[in-house]
Amino acid sequence: MTKLIIILLSAVFINNYVLSKFLGICPFLGVSKKLDSATGMSLAVIFVMLMATAVTFPIQKYILDPNNLGYLQTIVFILVIASLVQLVEIILKKYLPSLHKSLGVYLPLITTNCAVLGVTILNINENYTFIEAMVNSLGSGLGFFLAMVMFSGVRSTMEGSDIPESFRGLPITLIAASITSLSFMGLGGVIENLFGGV
Amino acid sequence: MSDILTAVIPVVIIAVICGAVLVIASKLMAVKQDEKFPAIRECLPGANCGACGFAGCDGYAKALCDDPKTPVNLCIPGSSAVAKKLSDVLGVECSDVKKQIAVVHCSGDCSKTQDKYIYQGIENCQAAKLMYGGKGSCTYGCLGLGDCAKACPQNAISVKNGVAVVDPKLCIGCGICRNICPNKLIFLTESTQKAVITCSNHDKGAVTRKLCSNGCIGCKKCERICKSNAIKVIDNLAVIDYNKCVDCDDFGVCAKNCTTGCIKTI
Repeated sequence: MTKLIIILLSAVFINNYVLSKFLGICPFLGVSKKLDSATGMSLAVIFVMLMATAVTFPIQKYILDPNNLGYLQTIVFILVIASLVQLVEIILKKYLPSLHKSLGVYLPLITTNCAVLGVTILNINENYTFIEAMVNSLGSGLGFFLAMVMFSGVRSTMEGSDIPESFRGLPITLIAASITSLSFMGLGGVIENLFGGV
Repeated sequence: MSDILTAVIPVVIIAVICGAVLVIASKLMAVKQDEKFPAIRECLPGANCGACGFAGCDGYAKALCDDPKTPVNLCIPGSSAVAKKLSDVLGVECSDVKKQIAVVHCSGDCSKTQDKYIYQGIENCQAAKLMYGGKGSCTYGCLGLGDCAKACPQNAISVKNGVAVVDPKLCIGCGICRNICPNKLIFLTESTQKAVITCSNHDKGAVTRKLCSNGCIGCKKCERICKSNAIKVIDNLAVIDYNKCVDCDDFGVCAKNCTTGCIKTI
């Protein structure tokens, strides 16, 4: 149980996919302009990360590994994630049209989100069990959510501030992203020490 | 050879399974879309300006599908051509769209007015208006910070010498600028109407004269000169009644004879 909590918390705060591993930067910069779209995108990412792990983990363990096909990991995972996202979109459109409408264009965008592929591959590399892998994906999704929401707050503050002409737009956004990322570096080691260095 | 096959076969199998699942799912869970929707959407110009009162062209197309009573002549940028196409698709009668363009009822540029103070706040008319009604001497006039220009989907508005100017060739008449101007200086008029009072100042003549050399001083010269009685001075400001303003024989006589030059022709 302690291990699961450590995996969850470290996935959210320390190994944050956006701010520490620098995966999924494009939605982080592209969709973080407004709080509601940032929230929508992150919820969709959490959902897809969990689904993708639930599907790719058995494929790796029961199809690829027994046949020594580990090198096909990337291409098979991309294939599975892409079709999974499409399937989820079809299902949502039929049964939860309101959710489908609020997620809007973000759902298909996730197909090309490298954080989703990253989390599924790292789950395998870390030799997690199925439960641990699921907890790690949930934590990674929550970490993405945290980063998006925090950064949309930073950006909305920047909207109203007087920024030098040459820094306006993307340059100041990148600088703000690097400072946000730097602040997360300060959390390194905190979780391990909380639980007595397990 | 067998190495390649052991790699290819599982990937192909997984791909076929994924494909089959997607095909089945899309067949089983297909959401019925109104057949007319793509056809209607095709007719609309896609400017997403919101002049029809719906959220973009998709919203208008959806409303046309769902409610047969929605009028087909709401698309102002598309004008009569779009209304005609829509009525063909939907099989209902159409009435003509009156093509409208935006005009700015102010001509008090930097050479005509003076500044009350130096404004260094954010570049936004709404914000500037909070500071004693803007930096210009005339509180009725254009604030010149271009809220309308930023909002215009066609980039038809530019701020020239401190006053917003609409390019009639680019304007599609969507009315977004009219709603955004904090001084309510922008009006939509039918493009056939050609005389415009480019002032909105209701102060008395002497006061207006001090504030802006181009302002309407309410001298009533235009009122006397207009043969069709279309111009009336109401509350120290000339107003044109466009129901009476016609293409008269000596067109532009009001503009030529205006004491301060605030009547302009477009």
